[in-house]
Amino acid sequence: MRKVSFPYMGTSYIPFEKVLMKFGNEVIVPPKPTMETISFGTKYAPEFACYPFKIVLGTYVQVLEAGADTLVSSGGVGPCRAGLYTTLQEKILKSHGYEFEMITMEPPGRHLRDLIKNVKKLINAKVSFADCIKIGRFAWKELVLLDKAEKLSHKIRPLEVKRGEASRAYKKSIELIADAEKYSDLLEIEREIENLYEKIPKKDMEPIKIGIVGEIYVLLEPSSNLEIEEMLGELGVYVERSMFLSEYVISNALLDLFHIKGDRDAKKMASPYFNEMCGGHGRESVGNAVIYAKRGFDGIIQLSPFTCIPEIVAKSILPKVCEERNMGFMAISLDEQTGKEGLRTRLEAFVDLLYFKKKRRQQLTNNSQLARGLA
Amino acid sequence: MKIGIPRALAYYAYYPFINTFFEKLGLEVVVSDETTKETMDYGIDDTITDACVPIKLFHGHVRSIMDKVDYVLVPRLVSVNREATFCPKFLGLPDMLRCSIADLKNELEVRVDIKQSKLKLFLLCLKVAKQLKKGFFKAYSAYLQALFSFRNYTHQFLQGGIPPLGIVGQHKDKSIRLGVVGYPYMLYDSYLSLDLIRKLISMGVYVVTPEMIPDREKKRQGKKLKKTLFWTFSNNVIRAAYHFFERQDVDGVIHITAFGCGPDFIVDKLMEIDAKNYKMPFLTITLDEHTGQEGLNTRLEAFVDMLKINRAKKEALFA
Ligand code: SF4
Ligand code: SF4
Repeated sequence: MRKVSFPYMGTSYIPFEKVLMKFGNEVIVPPKPTMETISFGTKYAPEFACYPFKIVLGTYVQVLEAGADTLVSSGGVGPCRAGLYTTLQEKILKSHGYEFEMITMEPPGRHLRDLIKNVKKLINAKVSFADCIKIGRFAWKELVLLDKAEKLSHKIRPLEVKRGEASRAYKKSIELIADAEKYSDLLEIEREIENLYEKIPKKDMEPIKIGIVGEIYVLLEPSSNLEIEEMLGELGVYVERSMFLSEYVISNALLDLFHIKGDRDAKKMASPYFNEMCGGHGRESVGNAVIYAKRGFDGIIQLSPFTCIPEIVAKSILPKVCEERNMGFMAISLDEQTGKEGLRTRLEAFVDLLYFKKKRRQQLTNNSQLARGLA
Repeated sequence: MKIGIPRALAYYAYYPFINTFFEKLGLEVVVSDETTKETMDYGIDDTITDACVPIKLFHGHVRSIMDKVDYVLVPRLVSVNREATFCPKFLGLPDMLRCSIADLKNELEVRVDIKQSKLKLFLLCLKVAKQLKKGFFKAYSAYLQALFSFRNYTHQFLQGGIPPLGIVGQHKDKSIRLGVVGYPYMLYDSYLSLDLIRKLISMGVYVVTPEMIPDREKKRQGKKLKKTLFWTFSNNVIRAAYHFFERQDVDGVIHITAFGCGPDFIVDKLMEIDAKNYKMPFLTITLDEHTGQEGLNTRLEAFVDMLKINRAKKEALFA
């Protein structure tokens, strides 16, 4: 039997594992990235590799050591480097003596035939068409629920009376989802999750709102961004992120098949500032910042791996966008040397600044109302 | 009317075309001066710290001429062939520039997306000419002459010359042959590359750069890679390297790369691994605004000395 593994990204391993297993593979679930993962990554990767590359490479080393013989990853057509990850990772790992097969899932738009060939390699059990649909429906629902649980945690965390309750509810939700076996289970779990968050005692206030934009991997994998969303939530900030896993899957797999460009709004919004698609999510970062501004957010945080090319382009443009629209801006570039404590201090300062600005704005409007009242 | 052309990035790859075209259109062409410390400092001031040096230099060059001309040419290179595009920083260049240099008001953005079609190139030229209020026939004749001067330029490379550095030809009987690969704006900017190519030549080395290898040969080498890279210049570099590896007609290969260059971490590592497979001596030199002349010289000398010893050994073996 094939022993299959794949990169770790957020909670995506939960549905992936189940799907691969149902299709008759043995699955080696990748471990959550730790210091050890990163040290493997930095040891084998070139110095200037982007951070996601290092984490994924480190994960591969770990799963290969654990006995995996097939690695599945997504491809991508660039122009950013992610689409070339697997070519290089395969070369590096093989040059260190690992033996395995690398299966790269290219987006279906341009490489449909390859994709079908690759998918076939992973189907090692008799599965009827109806089963396929069932598995697909189940996995999709799982993805959507995982995202929902996370979004709820973003919403509730700044309001919680007792620190850590939202995080606990979130953890519990993930466990529930991971244990689900049938579609009907998931429907029940959905209600349960809503209840979990409902029960948390909440403060009555309007939190500062920060939008997070940036590169997909560091957005979706909390261990790579030092759990920034949790940190911000505990500082009393409502965070919203521009990208979730289920949306990413849609735009990369389904829309691509029909040559529809995903995230249209973000691209349109970016247009006065950024006119070219440049790979990665540089343009989406700019576009989403504009959308957040329209929705009255107080600040933008951009997360990018150190040396990430599209985000460097975005980083040159975002300060102007935020200045013109009166939002705070902070760019965080992440690599193995970014420390959590340092980041927390920077975040605290940033949040203080936003509070101050907000208060002043409120005062100003109050004053003008007052003035109008007097006149 | 004066048009300013920043001497940076794509300029080094396409300048004969660009210069001739605008000259023949009847414009006064002002190319920014060769890079100096001052250009570099301007660039560093304007850009965010994690931009790569070539991008910083582009900003520096723009600043150094923007007040002296009516237009500054800012190309947005999207494609010149069907297989690849350019580094994201090329794609976003005009956007970055607009945000980084606030008082730049006279840029002439030209989006080059021609997919290797002569017709598209001509239509683009026509469009630019129209923007500058020049007629069809003028544009057509300027286009033809520009093409001619570009052909002339590629021809000089194939003869062993390095026109951007003013090197007409090299002595074929030099003892050591070296493949020097890297992006044109790295290799041919004497300030940035610390005049590395001339230095090698003066050390008695015959230098071969990617531009000196015929396009058809490079295309053939492209098949060695499982997946074509996304970036035109990178494809050029890695294919040239594979050409050297396969032919074994050089004694070693040097890769010149910019600190923090995005695409190059992939390009460099791929070459490094395959250089080992082909047993080709390989040296990577990473340049940034702080690279010192001394350190570079010692590394180059050590590498060349090693190659000389290798060669002596080989010759002794066959004698
Ligand atoms: S988007 Fe950034 S992190 Fe992702 S591959 Fe490109 S450079 Fe690396
Ligand atoms: S290819 Fe490298 S050196 Fe050139 S612009 Fe892009 S990142 Fe900079």
